[in-house]
Amino acid sequence: MGEISLKLNGKLETKDVADNTLLIDFIREHVGLTGTHVGCDTSQCGACVIHLDGVSVKACTMLAKQAEGSEIVTIEGLADGDELHPMQQAFHENHGLQCGFCTPGMVMSAVEMVTKNKNISEDEIRKGLEGNICRCTGYHNIVQSVKAGAAKMGG
Amino acid sequence: MYSTKYIKPNSTSEALEAIKSMGEGKFLAGGMTLIPTLKQRLASPDGLVDISGCDLDSISDEVDAIKIGAMTKHASVGESGLVKKAIPALAKLADGIGDRQVRNRGTLGGSVANNDPSACYPSAVLALKAIVHTNTRSIEADEFFTGMFETLLEENEIIEAISFSKPAKANYVKFPNPASRYAMVGVFVAQFNDGVRVAVTGAGEGGVFRHAEMEAALSSNYNADALSALEISSEGLISDLHASPEYRANLIKEMTKRAVV
Repeated sequence: MGEISLKLNGKLETKDVADNTLLIDFIREHVGLTGTHVGCDTSQCGACVIHLDGVSVKACTMLAKQAEGSEIVTIEGLADGDELHPMQQAFHENHGLQCGFCTPGMVMSAVEMVTKNKNISEDEIRKGLEGNICRCTGYHNIVQSVKAGAAKMGG
Repeated sequence: MYSTKYIKPNSTSEALEAIKSMGEGKFLAGGMTLIPTLKQRLASPDGLVDISGCDLDSISDEVDAIKIGAMTKHASVGESGLVKKAIPALAKLADGIGDRQVRNRGTLGGSVANNDPSACYPSAVLALKAIVHTNTRSIEADEFFTGMFETLLEENEIIEAISFSKPAKANYVKFPNPASRYAMVGVFVAQFNDGVRVAVTGAGEGGVFRHAEMEAALSSNYNADALSALEISSEGLISDLHASPEYRANLIKEMTKRAVV
């Protein structure tokens, strides 16, 4: 056990956790933010993607302790009050989801890759989404959503 | 995951102290293999020593080589202007490992120390005549890899950096498993003034290996046609649900041809 402290969606969170606590369990169970999902729990599906100091990572494949002192943003941290983030809005408008389970991870991956590459191409979007698996949509609408989101974000 | 202890020291000397204080400790680099292994309860170390705070992530130009810190992430190698300019094939390799999130966490040293038979990096280490610098010595690539998941590293020895020789020409081509993106076969070809080196990953039962016949053929004629007449033996190649040894033998030749441009 030991105390960890990190910023989660702008708010300082300090909690006692066991050393073997996964970051995803810290976020979902200890803090209670359940927007970030556990799909495969084996680093493949990307439903658990979050931003760690501005970089997209899979929260199921990290210990909470490894995130000590970092700034984390989850899907709950994107919207501004009732106003969706442009990428969330783009997924909504382009039917970029069906069941929605993979969507938090898709959106977090999309926001990171577009933030780093404003004029992102379709090939780059598809490569960037290799770590996110969707079992319903077949990716076409997801890619369209990311394109539209990139345009909204100033691409 | 079994219960374990986590420590994050600020230097390699502190890391060595920490691991010696544990019964059976493990160094934790990017964790892209170790954390899943722990989650499956395939390992139960008494403690984990996270070496991400030990300042081992710089990339420098050493005239004849590019030296990359062990904790440099795949994404950083893939994006590095220095690497792209001196050894573009190495940047390309790093940019094709796993997926975006794996590249944002996984490290050069972690991959090389683990020596997964299907990992990409070991082929670059072997083909680019790399030197593996640890806290106690410098090891030549030809000596370093000793078998599947086996290296010359002693217990409590940390890789600090790896120097990759700059080739005249090099390329890496892999046939990725469509789900995991691990190499079903990956071939790193590097041309130096004194000959061509061809390292194959994803295929050998003993892990990464050099292919003497292809090296000889390409050293006398650096052209894909020079490989046409070669018969690639399937002996000692991996057999699993993804591919037979014969299929992998064919992929070795095909990937090498694609790499020679």
